[in-house]
Amino acid sequence: MDMYTPSAVLNEQHIIRESISMPNSPQNKNIGATLDKLFRYTTMFFAFLVFILLFGIIITLLVGSLPALKMFGASFFTSTAWNPVTIDFGGVVPIYGTFITALIAMLIGIPVSFGIAIFITELSPNWLKRPIGVAIELLAGIPSIIYGMWGLFVFAPLFADHVQPWMNDNLGALPLIGTLFQGPPMGIGMFTAGFILAIMVIPYTASVMRDVFEIVPSMLKESAYGLGSTTWEVIWNVVLPYTKTGVVGGIMLGLGRALGETMAVTFVIGNAHELSASLMMPGNTISSALANEFTEAVGDVYTSSLITLGLTLFVITFIVLSLAKLLLIRLSLREGKQS
Amino acid sequence: MSTQTLQAKISAKNMNFYYGKFHALKDINIDIPASQVTAFIGPSGCGKSTLLRTFNRMYQLYPKQRVEGKILLDGKDIHSAEQDLNLLRAKVGMVFQKPTPFPMSIYDNVAFGVKLYENLSKSEMNDRVEWALQKAAIWNEVKDKLHQSGSGLSGGQQQRLCIARGVAVKPNVLLLDEPCSALDPISTARIEDLIHELKKEYTIVIVTHNMQQAARVSDYTAYMYLGELMEFDQTNTIFTRPSRKETEDYITGKFG
Repeated sequence: MDMYTPSAVLNEQHIIRESISMPNSPQNKNIGATLDKLFRYTTMFFAFLVFILLFGIIITLLVGSLPALKMFGASFFTSTAWNPVTIDFGGVVPIYGTFITALIAMLIGIPVSFGIAIFITELSPNWLKRPIGVAIELLAGIPSIIYGMWGLFVFAPLFADHVQPWMNDNLGALPLIGTLFQGPPMGIGMFTAGFILAIMVIPYTASVMRDVFEIVPSMLKESAYGLGSTTWEVIWNVVLPYTKTGVVGGIMLGLGRALGETMAVTFVIGNAHELSASLMMPGNTISSALANEFTEAVGDVYTSSLITLGLTLFVITFIVLSLAKLLLIRLSLREGKQS
Repeated sequence: MSTQTLQAKISAKNMNFYYGKFHALKDINIDIPASQVTAFIGPSGCGKSTLLRTFNRMYQLYPKQRVEGKILLDGKDIHSAEQDLNLLRAKVGMVFQKPTPFPMSIYDNVAFGVKLYENLSKSEMNDRVEWALQKAAIWNEVKDKLHQSGSGLSGGQQQRLCIARGVAVKPNVLLLDEPCSALDPISTARIEDLIHELKKEYTIVIVTHNMQQAARVSDYTAYMYLGELMEFDQTNTIFTRPSRKETEDYITGKFG
C-alpha cells in the first residue's frame, strides 16, 4: 500500500517525466548518433554511385573499343573510311560533323540566346516578360524527335527552295568561305543540322542566361547607369562580367546538348559518311552514326568502331568542360585576384 | 529663406513624382545651393530618396515612374530634349546605400566612368585614378593592390572606392543615397570627413535617416514628410529654431 502514498505517486511521475523530458539520455543519444552515421554513409554511398557509374561507363567503352583500336590504331582518328564490307573504319567524318554542327549551333544560338535574355531582363515591358519566358520553357520541353520531324518536313524544303539558292548565289562566290555555301539545294545537310541544333539549344542557354541576369542587383546596374553608361555599356561591362560563371555554364549546357543530340540531327543531316567542305552537303555526327548503325552492325570490328566513336564523344565532352573551367579561371584572373 | 543669396545648382519647380498611380512627391520647390552639402531627412517612405533619384533621372530606368514639373541643373531643364541623358548622369554622380563595386579590378572600377567620356593616355589615366582615389581618401590603402578585385575590400573601403569612382568622372554634383547605412561607425566617420573635403569642389546632396549625421555633415537641411517638403533652411536653423512644429517634433524625437 505504500505505493499509493502521495510521495510515491509523485516520485513515479517524476521518473516518468524525467524519461520523457530527457531525450538525450545516454541510450537515446546512442541511437541518434548511430542514425546520423547511417545517414551519412547512405548519402556518401549515393554520392559515390556517381563515380561507380562514371568508371563503369568508361571501362565498358574502353573494353568495347579495344578490337577497333587494335585493328586500326591511331589511324582510326585520321581515316575517313567507313566501309562495313571491307571492314575498314575511320572516325574523321562523324567527329568532324559533330564539331561542325555544334559550332554552327553555337554561332547561331549564343547571340540569339543572349539577345533573348537581355531583352527579357533589361528591356522588355513587364507584361511581355512572362509570355516570352513561358514560350522558352515550352520550347525546351519539345522532344527532340519533333524538332527532327519539323526540320525534315518543314524547314528543309523551305531552306532548299528559298535560302540555299540565295546562299549559293551570294555567299558561294566569296573567297575562302565561299566553298562552305556551295552545293546542291537539297535542304538536308550539315548546315540544316546545325541550324536545328541552334533552335534546340536556345531555350536552355537563354533561360540560364535570363536567370543569371536577373540576379544582378539593380543597385549595381544603377551605379553604372549613374556614371553615364548606355544600356549596352552596362550590360557588356557590368552585367556580363558579374554573371560570367552562369553565362558560361548556360553556353556549356547548350554545347553539351549540341554535341550529344541524336534524333533531330539524324533526321536532317543526311547520314552520309563523306567528308565535304560544303556545309550544304550531307554528313554525319557521332551520335547519329550510333543511332543509325548500331542495330545493323555485324561483326566485332564494326560494333567496336561504333563504340570507339562513343568513347571519342565522351572524351570530347570532357575536354570541352575542362576548357570551360580553364576559361573561367582565366577570366577571374583578368578581373583581379581576390585578396 | 536664406538660400536665396547662394547660387542654386539644382532647382525643382512645382515638381510632382508618381510611382504608377501613387503620388510620391507633392509640389516640391527647392533650390539646392552650389558647393554646399544639403541633407534630406525625414521618416522612411517620405520621398527623400525618390527626390534624390529625380536629379539624375535615375527613375527613368523604371517604366511606371514619372515626373511632372521642372528640374533645373545650372538653370537648364534636365528633361529638355537637348539634354543627353548619359551626359547628365556623368555630370551628376551617385553613390548608393550599399557599396556596389563593379566586378573588375580596383583600377578598372575607377577608370570605368572616365573611359566612357574621355580618351586619356595610359599615364593620364594612371594620374586620374590616383587623383580620384586620393580624393576619396582610400589611396594609401589600395595603392599596392590596384589590380586586385574591388570586391575583396572591406565594406567601408568599397564605399570609398565607389565615391572615388563617382569623383573620377569630375561631376558637378554628387548624390549620396544613405551612403553610410551599411557601414560601421569608424567607416562612417571616414566618409563624413570625406564629405567635408569634397564639398569644396562639388555640390553634395545626401539622403540620411540619421539626424546626427545630417547635423554633422550638412550646411542645409530639408525635412520631408509624406512626399512634401516641410522645411528647408540652414542646418543650424533647422536643428535649433525650426519654424514648423512638425520639424521640431521630428528633430527632437517626438515622432519618427
